[in-house]
Amino acid sequence: MLPSITETVCALDACDRLIATDRFSDWPVQVRALPKAGGLVDAEIEMIVRLKPDLVFLGRSQQITSRLSELGISSFVLETRSYADIERSVTVIGQVLGLQDRAARLKDSIAHAVREVAWQAAPRSQRGGPTVYFEVDPGPYAAGTSSFIGELLAMLGAHNIVTADLGPFPKLNPEYVVRYDPQVIFISPAEAPHLKERPGWDRIRAVRERRLCSFAPDVRDTIVRPGPRVAEGMRSMADCLKREAP
Amino acid sequence: MNALPPALAGPRVASGAAGARSRLAAWLFCCLLVTLLLTGAGLIVGTSSLETSLGWLLAPDAQSSVVLWQIRLPRTVGAWFAGALLGLSGAIAQGVFRNPLAEPYLLGTASGAALGVAICLIAADASIGGLAWAGKLGVTGAACIGACAAITLTITLSRGVLQTASLLLAGIVVAFLLSAMTSLLLLTKPEIWRAMQTFLLGSTGFISWSSAILLAAVFCICIVPASLFARGLDALTLGEDTAQSLGLSLPALRVTLLGVISLGTAAAVGQIGIVGFVGLVAPHLVRETLSVNHRQLVIAAPLCGGALLQAADLVSRWIVRPEELPVGAVTACVGGAYLVILLWRRSRND
Repeated sequence: MLPSITETVCALDACDRLIATDRFSDWPVQVRALPKAGGLVDAEIEMIVRLKPDLVFLGRSQQITSRLSELGISSFVLETRSYADIERSVTVIGQVLGLQDRAARLKDSIAHAVREVAWQAAPRSQRGGPTVYFEVDPGPYAAGTSSFIGELLAMLGAHNIVTADLGPFPKLNPEYVVRYDPQVIFISPAEAPHLKERPGWDRIRAVRERRLCSFAPDVRDTIVRPGPRVAEGMRSMADCLKREAP
Repeated sequence: MNALPPALAGPRVASGAAGARSRLAAWLFCCLLVTLLLTGAGLIVGTSSLETSLGWLLAPDAQSSVVLWQIRLPRTVGAWFAGALLGLSGAIAQGVFRNPLAEPYLLGTASGAALGVAICLIAADASIGGLAWAGKLGVTGAACIGACAAITLTITLSRGVLQTASLLLAGIVVAFLLSAMTSLLLLTKPEIWRAMQTFLLGSTGFISWSSAILLAAVFCICIVPASLFARGLDALTLGEDTAQSLGLSLPALRVTLLGVISLGTAAAVGQIGIVGFVGLVAPHLVRETLSVNHRQLVIAAPLCGGALLQAADLVSRWIVRPEELPVGAVTACVGGAYLVILLWRRSRND
């Protein structure tokens, strides 16, 4: 019931064991044809019961978990907040599906790919990477240093202006971003043209010099979904950092 | 209505005694003084410590000048005008509907604005061909158009503005319908949920000078007809038939004052999102401390509403700084607590 879980199951070559997914799972392509059982807030319990799954993987949702258990359907809750959680999820899903060996290989390959992207960015990080601000939503909600996105940015040598004590995805006072004047801003393509209109934001270095990283929806998915494609998302961020803050 | 505490009932018509007038003058003076103090505090409270902010005021550099004069000042001024518009709309709504629990969002404006914003966010995110125009409108424009569309729908459903009961009913129906549509849109696009939540709980974070000036202009436009027609609201407290027998033109009064409520609420919602309780509580706070007629109320309620929202804005940026609380959540907590105290005190006195 989460795209990152669907992607992990398929990365373990167990796509054929999926009988349905949540409505947002769209990768790899073959899962698009599977029945869609709603989302975490509006799961279609009736459809899930009809499909008779052996197990439902889902994110934290007390309501669905208790309803499924009342109906005699086993469920397994996975919560992914940090980078370590991504590796842990792979291991756990592998164990539950009886694919420990594949899970160990997948975990190693993710870690290897992430290390490789970080290694390629190493020369730049040693010179002192740029200060960055990653906006998740125009609240403005930011990805802080303690979120998995923040951890990946740190591996790329970027200095997140949103410190760990503010939590993974804090809602900031917009003047905070103006005060810390980031050199690069990660922002959705829809919001990027409107940054200048925010009071005082036209003075921020990243906005003044147009050092903005925006990604198309499919690329953004690889960045914001804490799943097996995390290194791919990290590479997109690294490429943008290389382009905007060489 | 009889069960309601007197403080929640219609305005007490002042006897015209000099004492009452001087009390009102003193009250208005205090309110202005509080507003000035809050505006000053608005310059100091933010993501920096108080000492740093004071240092900036005394010796500003390029960056601190931007924070002080381009972010904090327009924000605190804009919050005042938005609060004033909500206070004014609330006072008029309670007079027109002759219901002390009436509030500015009664005609479906909040739900209409929310639907407009949801459509705008989805269009901007997904670049859907037919809806590209909605994405370009921005949250502010979409909220304003949504609010106006909701009011038009409410008035069409109630076949004009003359029947209070059918107008209220139509407002409730429109609010429920549009809220349901917003919920359906949110289910299909949960990625806009956080941005939507920011709007639904209100935010003063992005008020710029242009927003503050727009709110000020709308306030100036609204306060004139409100003052001119306020005497009619006093007559209306005696009942529609009596008011008409006194020579009051009910249609003109209703059309004008509902226009003021619509314009004021749509402008405020467009700039700061849905901030509850200010429009409901501000007129009651005035009546609780003063004996006023509607002419005085339409001046005092905006002053009170403005100061209330300014104070809520300060609390929202201070408590968890450098993070921010939604300003609507702060007003709901404070306003709700005030109404509970008021009801409890009145029921004890009875």
